[in-house]
Amino acid sequence: MLQIKNLQAGIEDKPILKGINLTVNAGEVHAIMGPNGSGKSTLASVLAGRDGFDVTGGEALYNDNDLLDLAPEERAREGVFLAFQYPVEIPGVNSAYFLRSAVNAILKHRGEEELDAMNFLKAVKVKMKELGLGEDFLKRPVNAGFSGGEKKRNEILQMTMLDPRLAILDETDSGLDIDALRIVADGVNRLRSDDNAQVVITHYQRLLDYIVPDFVHVLHDGCIIKSGDKSLALELEEKGYDWLTKEAA
Amino acid sequence: MSQLATTNPAVEPVEAFTKLEQNGAALMPLRKAGLARFSDSGYPTLRDEDWRFTNVKPIAELPFRPTIDPLGQALGQEQLGNVTFGQLSADRLVFIDGHFNAALSQIGDQSSGVTVTHLTSGLAGLERELGSLSIGDDNPFVALNDAFFTDGAVIQIADGQRLAKPVHLLFVTTASEDGEAAHIRNWIVAGANTQGTIIESHLSLGQAATVTNVVTESRIGDGANIEHIKFQDQSNRAFHLASLHSELGRDAQYTFHSIALGARLSRNNLRMRLAQPGIECILNGLYMLRGQQLADHHMVVEHAAPHCDSHEYFNGILDDQSRGVFHGRILVQPGAQKTDAKQTNKNLLLSDDATANTKPQLEIYADDVKCTHGATIGEMDDDAIFYLRARGLDTPTARRMLLHGFAGEIVERIRHDAVREELNALVLGRLEAVHKLD
Amino acid sequence: MRADTDTIDEFVASDYKYGFVTDIESESLEPGLGEEAVRFISAKKKEPEWLLEWRLKAFRHWEKLECPTWPHVKYPPVNFQDISYYSAPKKKGDGPKSLDEVDPKLLETYEKLGVPLHERARLAGVAVDAVFDSESIGTTFKADLAKEGVIFCSISEAVQEHPELVKKYLGTVVPYTDNFYATLNSAVFSDGSFVYIPKGTRCPMELSTYFRINAANTGQFERTLIIAEEGSHVSYLEGCTAPMRDENQLHAAVVELVALDNAEIKYSTVQNWYPGDEEGRGGIYNFVTKRGICKTNAKISWTQVETGSAITWKYPSVILKGDNSIGEFYSVALTNNMQQADTGTKMVHLGKNTRSTIVSKGISAGRGQNSYRGLVQVGKKATNARNFSQCDSLLIGDQCGAHTFPYIEAKNPSANIEHEATTSKIGEDQIFYCNQRGLETQDAVNMIVNGFCKEVFRELPMEFAMEAQKLLDVSLEGSVG
Repeated sequence: MLQIKNLQAGIEDKPILKGINLTVNAGEVHAIMGPNGSGKSTLASVLAGRDGFDVTGGEALYNDNDLLDLAPEERAREGVFLAFQYPVEIPGVNSAYFLRSAVNAILKHRGEEELDAMNFLKAVKVKMKELGLGEDFLKRPVNAGFSGGEKKRNEILQMTMLDPRLAILDETDSGLDIDALRIVADGVNRLRSDDNAQVVITHYQRLLDYIVPDFVHVLHDGCIIKSGDKSLALELEEKGYDWLTKEAA
Repeated sequence: MSQLATTNPAVEPVEAFTKLEQNGAALMPLRKAGLARFSDSGYPTLRDEDWRFTNVKPIAELPFRPTIDPLGQALGQEQLGNVTFGQLSADRLVFIDGHFNAALSQIGDQSSGVTVTHLTSGLAGLERELGSLSIGDDNPFVALNDAFFTDGAVIQIADGQRLAKPVHLLFVTTASEDGEAAHIRNWIVAGANTQGTIIESHLSLGQAATVTNVVTESRIGDGANIEHIKFQDQSNRAFHLASLHSELGRDAQYTFHSIALGARLSRNNLRMRLAQPGIECILNGLYMLRGQQLADHHMVVEHAAPHCDSHEYFNGILDDQSRGVFHGRILVQPGAQKTDAKQTNKNLLLSDDATANTKPQLEIYADDVKCTHGATIGEMDDDAIFYLRARGLDTPTARRMLLHGFAGEIVERIRHDAVREELNALVLGRLEAVHKLD
Repeated sequence: MRADTDTIDEFVASDYKYGFVTDIESESLEPGLGEEAVRFISAKKKEPEWLLEWRLKAFRHWEKLECPTWPHVKYPPVNFQDISYYSAPKKKGDGPKSLDEVDPKLLETYEKLGVPLHERARLAGVAVDAVFDSESIGTTFKADLAKEGVIFCSISEAVQEHPELVKKYLGTVVPYTDNFYATLNSAVFSDGSFVYIPKGTRCPMELSTYFRINAANTGQFERTLIIAEEGSHVSYLEGCTAPMRDENQLHAAVVELVALDNAEIKYSTVQNWYPGDEEGRGGIYNFVTKRGICKTNAKISWTQVETGSAITWKYPSVILKGDNSIGEFYSVALTNNMQQADTGTKMVHLGKNTRSTIVSKGISAGRGQNSYRGLVQVGKKATNARNFSQCDSLLIGDQCGAHTFPYIEAKNPSANIEHEATTSKIGEDQIFYCNQRGLETQDAVNMIVNGFCKEVFRELPMEFAMEAQKLLDVSLEGSVG
């Protein structure tokens, strides 16, 4: 589904990603871990197409097409979803209106029938209930005045509504208490299927108790320095990152 | 028709005034004082700090033609049916060029204790009250209004009463000669624990460089809860000058919305005095301008008593060569402790030639207060556009959505459902129709 | 905290420790302002004809101006005829050849002010120009600086020694027509500092000027000019004090900074003129025009700590003319007792990709009135201009006032301007929390105030940051209520 080959990217003249290699197949969950500043969020931003990052080498293929060549909205419509580390507040834009526009943009792209207001509401209310979001939530402006937990749950709500093939979760667990974490993880797990894949970026092991990864990769100074199965995350929890970074050096 | 057309602003009003003087009236002292003040001050210039971004020279250069008598244009109901709020279920007072038009107005049954009428229907002691709230304002246009006002709305709500329906004040300019000026005076008294919605709209039929100069005085009683929506959509050659002078009572809640879409030049002076504890005063504004338009909101919110909250939210969308001006001053007097005052002005510039001037000011003489203000000028937020694109929306849709949201942020604060919905649709339609969104 | 009222009164009477008078024989011009006075000053300084002409043009222009009334300060009208426009310690013969020949009383004065000038005790790494009333009495480390090509001397000396530089730049940033007080200064300026940093040079030490008003009934009208050639770098600091007198004294300075391509000027001020007594008697009227111009990629940073003066009226500004240039303004202004301050900055964005930052911290105590007044202007051609302004006010006691008057104008749609302001008081709960942890109330206030000002102090050269913090503590004594 996703093949990243020797991907190098940075901001202005500062290289951040220095040759990432990663293959994600349908049905898999990959966790990317690493200390602060290792390039985790940059990787997510580059895959989603955020402005300001220059790709200086390598490639990323998504279903055998060049992902990096697509505009952000084209990536979204092709099924790439980024759950933002810091969801953006958009005052004045009603959440329901926003989400329905997004859902319909993607449905249209797939050649499916768009949802009318009634059907959209019906669908979204079911999902909201699962995520423990109150009804008034749809009337509020996108993320404006939301608590940290609400913002993260909103990201997961959007993800379930947009039904992506490849979901990238950028530190979705940061700032969540255990209950919220469980709700978020349930949302992600429901999306797991043989057709979909997920890349979970996290600083801590605890999210991986709830979203069990097939593979764990450690990112350090812009490179993946170790890959393994879920036991690697436990090992990191126990021993920290130092032993690995020393090994890498 | 009494119209004098010379070009010397100092002489013209004095000459026009003789016509009024012949009528004689209980209001003569107010009028004469106004004329005297205006003769002293003349029109403001850019050297006046309060007018440094708003040049009224084009008004001063117009011939001075107050519409002391009705211009005699016959308007039918059908011409008003389609105007904004024309279908709203409301008691409607219609004023044409500053004169009440009974045929076009509809006033239903209000509960006893509620008076909805117009000034010239009978003063009933009002001659002693008019000007009592605007006194001390050195705005030359208030002085001109004092001298030349012809008519306006009177709304009085006795203690404990509520308006059965919103009151819609519809001011229409039909004048066809440059300089024809309607001077309108409104008087609103809401007693203790009253409730109601007041809508004020200003429209033009015709394209002349007319002047509307409206002064509204309002006294909002203890515990009253009043929402006042002012909608200005005059022709893009018109000049619109308005001032609102409000005194708020203990625990009163007063929300004022200014939606300024029309006029070549519009100026709203808002003077709020929070003289008793527990008041909540909200001022909202949206200006959407294009061409050569200028809209200026100039407000002073005076906290003269403790435990009051005031919030101002003003958003401006500026296209072409337009200019948006915001001057907000929060004045916290000694002793006005526990004041909570917030002031926000945001401007989006859509064109290389648009200008925004903003002066959010705090003047604070008490120590236990929470006062903040913020102002931004800029383009649309790149992060927000990326966020929307990452959800599958293309750039034009994302920009449109943000712009709608930016305008909607203000309109959404209107509590009256039908008014809010109508304005929402109108504002969005206007954005689509006249601004280059793609 | 009402119970603490007594401590307040006690503290309010705190001393201004620089309030002494140096008993020295001076040569002063009779009070009064006319072309005579202007010619006298110019002759005294043996100035070339062009400079006298420039002064006279300024004077004739000034006669047509009216004193500005827009600042948010109140004071009785200044009678400009009651002021002496020139006063200097009497020189014996040709005057001192070196600093060590300077009248010992003067050296003692600066010693008492904490700025020893003689060779043995000089502050390491800081060159000092000492200005006493209308004259510079000497500059330290001149020879060391000259080795690097850096010129640091009084402006009177620069007129004699480097007339071509003075003529090229004087009045180019603040023209003599600029405003009432700048025009007055242009006519009667007496002394001040001159700095020239050659191309590509990083000035090897901090430069500083110490201004001292001593004589009664005189005004001080200093003029400072700093030129940083392409790619050069300089950090400059000024300090100011004056004796305690019951009359108000006028200080109307002009500072011009020129930062050519890729140059950087950092200008710091610790202003501690006599603020007057608790009833508002006496104190300096500090009416100052400070402005810098940035060429391509240049940077000018103003940092000021304003604790003194009865009235302060100054707006250190930056004209961001060159592309990619940067302007910064960091300010702490404190008003206690009857002090009034109307201060802020102007950031004028003309070039592309210009950036400015404004951080203003106003502290009002006693019956002090503190206003921030600032202008952020983005011109039509200033694509991608960025400004961030943060103006915070802290109120101590309920007799004082804090005001914020920002003016923002943008004529380019790619501008991004953000302005935030807050006003708050020192919370009783904050003080209680500190008390409960064993801190005295005054210490708690100092701590909270210093925390409030941290962003600005961080910008000061290290040794002066400490000084500024102490100064603030002293100025705040007795303000707790």
